[in-house]
Amino acid sequence: MNDVTMKGLRERRLKVVGTRPLRPDGVDKVTGRAKFGADIHVPNMLIGKVLRSPHAHARILSIDTSKAQALPGVKAVITSADLCDLPSEFIPAGEMMVNFRDMTRNVMAREKALYEGHAVAAVAATSEAVAQEALKLIDVQYEVLPHVLDVAQAMEPDAPLLHDNMFTIGVEPRPAQPSNVAKRVEFVLGDTAAGFAQAEVVIEREFTTKPVHQGYIEPHACLASVSEDGQAELWCTTQGQFIVRGFCAKLLGMEVAKLRVTASEIGGGFGGKTVVYLEPLALALSRKACQPVKMVMSRAEVFRASGPTSGAKVWVKIGANRKGRITAAEAVLKYQAGAFQGSPVQPGCMCAFAPYDLDNVRVVGFDVVVNRPKVAAYRAPGGPISEFAVESVIDELAKRLGLDPIEFRLKNAAKEGTKAAYGPKFGPIGLVQTLEAARSHPHYRAPLKANQGRGVASGFWFNIGGETCAALNLGEDGSVTLVAGTPDIGGSRASLAMMAAEELGIALDKVRPVIGDTSALGFNFLTGGSRVTFSSGMAVIEAAREMIRRLRERAAKIWEVPVEDVVWEDGYACPANGAGGDHKPLSLADIAKTAGKTGGPIVGNAAINAQGAGPSLATHLVDVEVDPETGKVSILRYTAIQDAGKAVHPAYVEGQMQGGAVQGIGWALNEEYIYDANGRLENPGFLDYRIPVCSDVPMIDTVIVEVPNPRHPYGVRGVGETPIVPPMAAIANAVENATGIRFTQLPMSPPRVLEAIDSKRAALAKA
Amino acid sequence: MAKHHVTTTINGDPVEFLCAPEQTLLDVLRDVLYLTGSKEGCASGDCGACSVMLDGRLVCACLVLGVEAQGCSVETIEGMAHGDELHPLQRKFLEHAALQCGVCTPGFLVAAKALLERNPEPTETEVRYWLAGNLCRCTGYDKIVRAVLDAAAEMRES
Amino acid sequence: MDYRSPSSVKKAVDLLAAHDGAAHVLAGGTDLLVKLRAGFVEPKLVVDVKGIAQLRAIESDARGFRIGAAASCAEIGEHAALVAAWPGVVEALRLIGSTQIQGRATLGGNLCNASPAADSVPALIAAGALCRVAGPSGEREVPIERIVTGPGRTSLARGEFLVGFRLEKPRPRSGDAYLRLIPRTEMDIAVVGVGVALTLDAAGVCTHARVGLGAVAPTPLLVAEAARALIGSRVDDKALAALAAAASAACKPIDDKRGTIAYRVKVAGVLARRAARIALARAAGR
Repeated sequence: MNDVTMKGLRERRLKVVGTRPLRPDGVDKVTGRAKFGADIHVPNMLIGKVLRSPHAHARILSIDTSKAQALPGVKAVITSADLCDLPSEFIPAGEMMVNFRDMTRNVMAREKALYEGHAVAAVAATSEAVAQEALKLIDVQYEVLPHVLDVAQAMEPDAPLLHDNMFTIGVEPRPAQPSNVAKRVEFVLGDTAAGFAQAEVVIEREFTTKPVHQGYIEPHACLASVSEDGQAELWCTTQGQFIVRGFCAKLLGMEVAKLRVTASEIGGGFGGKTVVYLEPLALALSRKACQPVKMVMSRAEVFRASGPTSGAKVWVKIGANRKGRITAAEAVLKYQAGAFQGSPVQPGCMCAFAPYDLDNVRVVGFDVVVNRPKVAAYRAPGGPISEFAVESVIDELAKRLGLDPIEFRLKNAAKEGTKAAYGPKFGPIGLVQTLEAARSHPHYRAPLKANQGRGVASGFWFNIGGETCAALNLGEDGSVTLVAGTPDIGGSRASLAMMAAEELGIALDKVRPVIGDTSALGFNFLTGGSRVTFSSGMAVIEAAREMIRRLRERAAKIWEVPVEDVVWEDGYACPANGAGGDHKPLSLADIAKTAGKTGGPIVGNAAINAQGAGPSLATHLVDVEVDPETGKVSILRYTAIQDAGKAVHPAYVEGQMQGGAVQGIGWALNEEYIYDANGRLENPGFLDYRIPVCSDVPMIDTVIVEVPNPRHPYGVRGVGETPIVPPMAAIANAVENATGIRFTQLPMSPPRVLEAIDSKRAALAKA
Repeated sequence: MAKHHVTTTINGDPVEFLCAPEQTLLDVLRDVLYLTGSKEGCASGDCGACSVMLDGRLVCACLVLGVEAQGCSVETIEGMAHGDELHPLQRKFLEHAALQCGVCTPGFLVAAKALLERNPEPTETEVRYWLAGNLCRCTGYDKIVRAVLDAAAEMRES
Repeated sequence: MDYRSPSSVKKAVDLLAAHDGAAHVLAGGTDLLVKLRAGFVEPKLVVDVKGIAQLRAIESDARGFRIGAAASCAEIGEHAALVAAWPGVVEALRLIGSTQIQGRATLGGNLCNASPAADSVPALIAAGALCRVAGPSGEREVPIERIVTGPGRTSLARGEFLVGFRLEKPRPRSGDAYLRLIPRTEMDIAVVGVGVALTLDAAGVCTHARVGLGAVAPTPLLVAEAARALIGSRVDDKALAALAAAASAACKPIDDKRGTIAYRVKVAGVLARRAARIALARAAGR
């Protein structure tokens, strides 16, 4: 045991980390006891409802709420006048930027309604029926304006203008005319003209993707209660209670400390619950009514008014020599931001070619506003779109060169020391390992039948760290409460408790993990960027080490020896070898029992800004069958291979890989926002917004590769986002192998596939 | 319109409630009886998160009016465990990590229980089609299907 | 809105007549409750017909089957004799929605919701189903293809409602089948649906056929030309090609969020051919 301590943590044998225990929040979730956003009821509670714009683009001439206010049972009516107007400034928030001028306008339209479903007013009433009735009594006068939905059309000089004060950033000289192009970004490495001159094969393609929604099953929901003296409580389903607190305080003109936010259990988010929609409205209504206000979105509201990710146009050109080395790569990305700037085009640009070790790269991105809901983060925001395009061209290039697609990727794979086009030099990364695992997987050699095809694609995501607090509190009986500040969206209470138990050397069931409200801990950035097991994990480990320090001090006090003579081994304070005398080891319970006498309660706290998140890379294999008469694509077999650094709870790592793969299958085959000619969403429900159902997919086989991240005590990398990056290209590549047709448009829905098959047949018949 | 007085049996217990004619059984369960284990994901019968048993048939509580429950027997997720003993499906969902966010889990469990009561030895395909009305966005369904198949095997043995 | 659950056809007719169009019939509710929630309909009264025993019954005798308009698809699908006699009808009604929907959805509702894409209707058209309609002036029997007159519209008069369906016992050497195209494997509305019923003589020549199409026109269609392509043939490749062409030619579809005109026209032919092959195999098997 002693040499374990001496050897240091990275080399020690892990006892808890890497196993598959039952999750601590599991029983509540299989019995229906767990409380999600809409599962709370309090006395004297009102129901809040939102009036939304029926127009895609309209100037708001007037809003008359007097009739609604006069309806018996109505306790408050609000419009944008009840929220603060704020100046335009960009504040980094994880993988995205926020601008409070835009945020206050997105949660409640001010001068204009910018998309169908844009909130224009809200009411709180004694019942849902009264609230609905009141909405009908609000008279909004609109001047309907021409709208624009398509990214290319929005970039035209004569396109309807969403914001007359938007001048493209990143263009020199600064444009004199406003436009819908919020920003231009560019990343350059080497000299692409010279690189293409060396190329013997060049492929150039343009791709189109549609906006897709995160599709979490739990709609947005919250309950706000503001007292007469301005102190406020907010319960909501969110990926970040501290972020909600900051955003709401800003929009309501409150002090942060006056607002306590409690994160409910969260029924899925995938990035979509990193922003606020109902929360500031519920607070404003409650402040007016002086009663608690509960608000829950309908599914149609979720689709119409919460953030999908961008639809996009992506142009890619890649050249390679006959040896199979890529000599140059270029891309132009045009991403829809929705009604306000802030699409994920920048990360899209940064990861477009990140899996590859290239000398000459140029990527240009445009952030473009259109009359659609403002995009929100969605699992690896920006990455799946650009990497779909790049991985499709990579596949085509391999075929043109007569190379196996895995071989071609291996010849060009980024590895430790590779300089990415977006700046950094990679530390140890696992692309090569995932490609090798794919190549040697039985799936890669399994036979295929007629109309079937196999596809392979890789994917990259950065992952992030960030500001994080955690607390461990020792109970009087030696049990430990773990308080984390990052909502548990997929099992992080399990992984965090496992790391605490590992460090403290105690049984997992001695640790009770809870997610603290905003009064329980210092600031925490949100659950996103695949950061929780990494960052909150780091904080928990640091807190555990602090607790161990204190436990040793107490033991030293009890034994009356110097603290250096006490070591912590397997959950016990022990005399150090050859020092400290002959004392019976003390357990946590032993030390806790006398804590009052030895210095008071024992805790471990950590407040860190976690650095060194390692990128996670993946390679996916998929087999499809295409019905040549109906165009329907079926997924026959799927294998996802990913570098997890170190899988703390492998079952939940596999779960991330499987879930991401199936979300990607939906994105590839059927999911899309469909609008009518007036800019109104035609499919705001799960009937016609077609996420994969259980019978659509096979088992998703997984292979976890572990290339340790040297910046984390156990080698952990985030794993949540990367799995949604490869599926679209893997499926497009498989469909190409099945049909001989390269699809550059998503989704590859039956009508699109059949049309392409028939066109090819017609062309062949003509020839 | 006046509320209706409805007498039902919920999870074996007699229950009376008042509800407006337009309130769904799901509204009643959640907002009148505070049985919030049944979830509202869509209110249109497309997600299955509100799956309950109504007189022995699997239904979406969002597509049943509260008044239609008159004289009926309703079983919800809250009635699935017996005391502190979890149903084998509940245990297997935990053992197989068949849930991530967990919001769809009650619906899946109620639906899977209905399947195994009718078909104790389902194939993977039968499980997948039976559960096609239950949407899960987190897991990709893999571990859910494995948990159901494993629970079926264990229940056949016992 | 008020809710009533009458116990007889007569009482239901009286309630509907008294409300003169402001009352809605509730059977399984899987369409009506969605419309109520979305505010698409705002009836003064909902008349739940599930309390009428006759509307829940599924009966068979030497002549055929009577299916109550408010029997659930799950219940119908468990009727072994019906499954054996009309497998195409049963596979069609079993495709309506999820397991959960099956526990509630009814044939009466699927028909009277008057969606062009209702799954059971093309199969019932192919099977030659007759509908029993009750109203203030008594009961009448109508061929199913005459019920739906347009999207959301039926030929039922004010105060009338659907009581049930009658299916003849199939002739010897008959078979039926239903196929639909949806983008996923479940949970979608048909983009195209095709029901085929056919009868062979002892020599294997088709003597009788009916073809129903769904989701390709404002109403489900009975396509006589498609049936004529089969009658007199051995349902060989040539006849199937003629069937496919006739099915495609009968389509009068629209472009919408679920499919394009070109797609529906093409796939109607493909599915007609495939469904006829299944029906043929079933007919040849008995």
